[in-house]
Amino acid sequence: MTRSVVGSVAMDFSDEQAMLLDVAREFCRDKSPMDVVRANLETETGYDAAVWQEMIDLGWSGIALPESVGGSGLGVGAVVPVVEAMGRALLGTPLLNTTLAGQLLLRAGGTQAEPWLAKIAAGMPATVAHLESADWGSESCFATVDGNGVIDGKKCFVGDAGVAEIFVVVVSAAGKPALAIVTREQLAANAVQMNTLIDLTKRSGKVDFSGVTVAADAVITGANVVSALRDFRLLGALLVAAESGGAAASCLDTVVDYLKTRKQFGKLIGSYQALKHPTVDILCAVDNTRSFVYHAATLITDEPLSEDAEVACRMAKAQATDTIEYAGDRAVQFHGGIGFTWDCDAQLFIRRAQWVRQAFGDAIHHRKRLANSLLDQFL
Amino acid sequence: MSVPASELKAFRADVSAWLADNKPADPGFLLPQSFMEVGSEQQLDFLREWQHKLWSAGYLGMAWPKEYGGQGVAGAFQKVADQEMARHNVPICFNTIGLNWVGPMILDIGSDAERAKYLKGILSGEDIWCQGFSEPDHGSDLGSAQTRAVRDGDEYVVNGSKIWTTLGNFAKYMILLARTTPNTERKYDGLSFFLAPMQIPGVDAHPIRKITGEYGFNQMFFTDARIPADCMMGDEGDGWRIAMKTLEYERGVSAGQAGGLWMIRVLADDAISQLQGHTRDGEPVLADPMARDRLVQIIMEEKALQLGQKRAGISALTTDYPFSLPISGKYRGTEFTRRLRQLAVALQGGDGALYVGDEDVREGGFWQRAYFNAFSATIGGGTTQVQANIIGEHVLGLPK
Repeated sequence: MTRSVVGSVAMDFSDEQAMLLDVAREFCRDKSPMDVVRANLETETGYDAAVWQEMIDLGWSGIALPESVGGSGLGVGAVVPVVEAMGRALLGTPLLNTTLAGQLLLRAGGTQAEPWLAKIAAGMPATVAHLESADWGSESCFATVDGNGVIDGKKCFVGDAGVAEIFVVVVSAAGKPALAIVTREQLAANAVQMNTLIDLTKRSGKVDFSGVTVAADAVITGANVVSALRDFRLLGALLVAAESGGAAASCLDTVVDYLKTRKQFGKLIGSYQALKHPTVDILCAVDNTRSFVYHAATLITDEPLSEDAEVACRMAKAQATDTIEYAGDRAVQFHGGIGFTWDCDAQLFIRRAQWVRQAFGDAIHHRKRLANSLLDQFL
Repeated sequence: MSVPASELKAFRADVSAWLADNKPADPGFLLPQSFMEVGSEQQLDFLREWQHKLWSAGYLGMAWPKEYGGQGVAGAFQKVADQEMARHNVPICFNTIGLNWVGPMILDIGSDAERAKYLKGILSGEDIWCQGFSEPDHGSDLGSAQTRAVRDGDEYVVNGSKIWTTLGNFAKYMILLARTTPNTERKYDGLSFFLAPMQIPGVDAHPIRKITGEYGFNQMFFTDARIPADCMMGDEGDGWRIAMKTLEYERGVSAGQAGGLWMIRVLADDAISQLQGHTRDGEPVLADPMARDRLVQIIMEEKALQLGQKRAGISALTTDYPFSLPISGKYRGTEFTRRLRQLAVALQGGDGALYVGDEDVREGGFWQRAYFNAFSATIGGGTTQVQANIIGEHVLGLPK
């Protein structure tokens, strides 16, 4: 007996999530208007430290972490509306990477990770160093930690590498997946080489961890590491999808505003179906992204992610990627000549789209894995 | 009216058991895939009997008042009954125009006399309804309707033509949009709305053969057809308003429909299972990476539609464009259906070129027929392109 390929269509949205969504949308609108976004594009960190501190004061760095380490115990599902609101305002800050680092440690480390989790909940920026090439689908890991706690290996695309105080480094220890926790002051001078990213609201870098020695209690091993890494990748896909969904909604607003005000050939350009209809398709894609994102948020718990949750996270990312790619691309085109300029906000969205596409796997990456989950049962 | 889940669950079991016992056997002739494909008396008789049976058992018009033949219970029950009908793959309910468009509209804005006269016959299947909106020169542009109705004493004299009239050759009544005042400043103001009898002199139905090779639509010709003046709903000039109200039910924007399946349900599961056991490049087609990618996309489209319905009920998650999900329902749903069926045919290899009648065609040509029939929904009731205008203008506020 095969199960329905559509599977779970659960969707709940708690009062806490609704409140967080409200607060976060107002906060992000207030703190991150377009002129501020632009002012931050070429700064070193990409965000305003005072705004990040306010987010910490609001408790956002610990939303998903248990109360025992100073968090709110609301789970990742409650981070989703916050991240979505940040995406809508193109607001940077290390919240996304810090949240993911917290989840990886929480899921892999149990009590051993608690001292680190407490720091993360208190607002210390953290990140996960996992990739060793541009191949998001590769699970091979050449970085190692030896019996003396000495790390050998480089990582790339390490989010917020310039500001992170805690690096959760994916390594292999005696041939098995492990996590080594490295603090910023342990890094050698020049260990971090920042990337020039296509999306100037984002920051990442290459980090050479070779030669760093970590204490035994800073190496997490054991059976949970493998499933925690799988969950980390899925949660990364979900949070990027949520953030991207917010950005795509904002991109849609930008397009709609222009279509309602710009005249050509004596008519508002929004009256032309050649522009109107694709804009409707952006709306539908934004709607679908949001539906997938909150469906996935409904299925996430602190336990290892279920098969339904995996499918939901992958669909959210696949949809979000296609959505913002289309929205950003059409935003540039529909603005005509002005759309080709730096000063038009369309560039922010098309650039975000290129970043979103690759982060935690593009649409094809996820659909390929969805096909395995959904279609193999029919073979 | 909110209904306890336990009550709905018990009801679901009841209706499921009833359907299992009463689902008609295969009649041995091709059954319509939707209410728009009833082409023969044989099909009509069969479907009429089935609808009467459903209604007699209390599974149609459940939310309509008892005095008009309904059950007077919450709409949630009908929804469950409809879901079970789909799950059991029972035949469609052919009188959809009455059941789901005209009926709820009359319940909503009709007079008590109109309710008493028309509603029960709709439910029982005795009174077949058709819709006279589109005209040969004005498909989706209803406001430009030119069919004339001229008052003459206690009657209106109707001349003109309507097209794509589903069930027009069998109908007892038509909801007729006709021009009572020519040359009004706004074209909409000259239109009036009639609950018009069809079995009268001067009304002729010419069946139209469709891309499927089957029938179901008609072109209707009115030649000095005299209809009683009291068939008019509202007043002269109210036609546009009432037609738009009717379309709210047709497009599923408003609730109150009597229910019943109007089209066979085809889901991604069905499209996938029909591919089992077939090959592409010598391997199972379901193992082909490109086929898999397309199938996953269509599965996602189906799931997104279902999730959208869920999210539409969570007000905190629909603040941006509060009506985008309900208003885009037809646009998204019908296009999904068309794409799914097209894909199902496209992945059949050589068999995709066979048609109904060929001994080797898969499932009697079900998918080819289903693909072609899907256009009746992407075109009828306001084409996809008109829907996109509506969404653009009414949801996004884009200029006309």
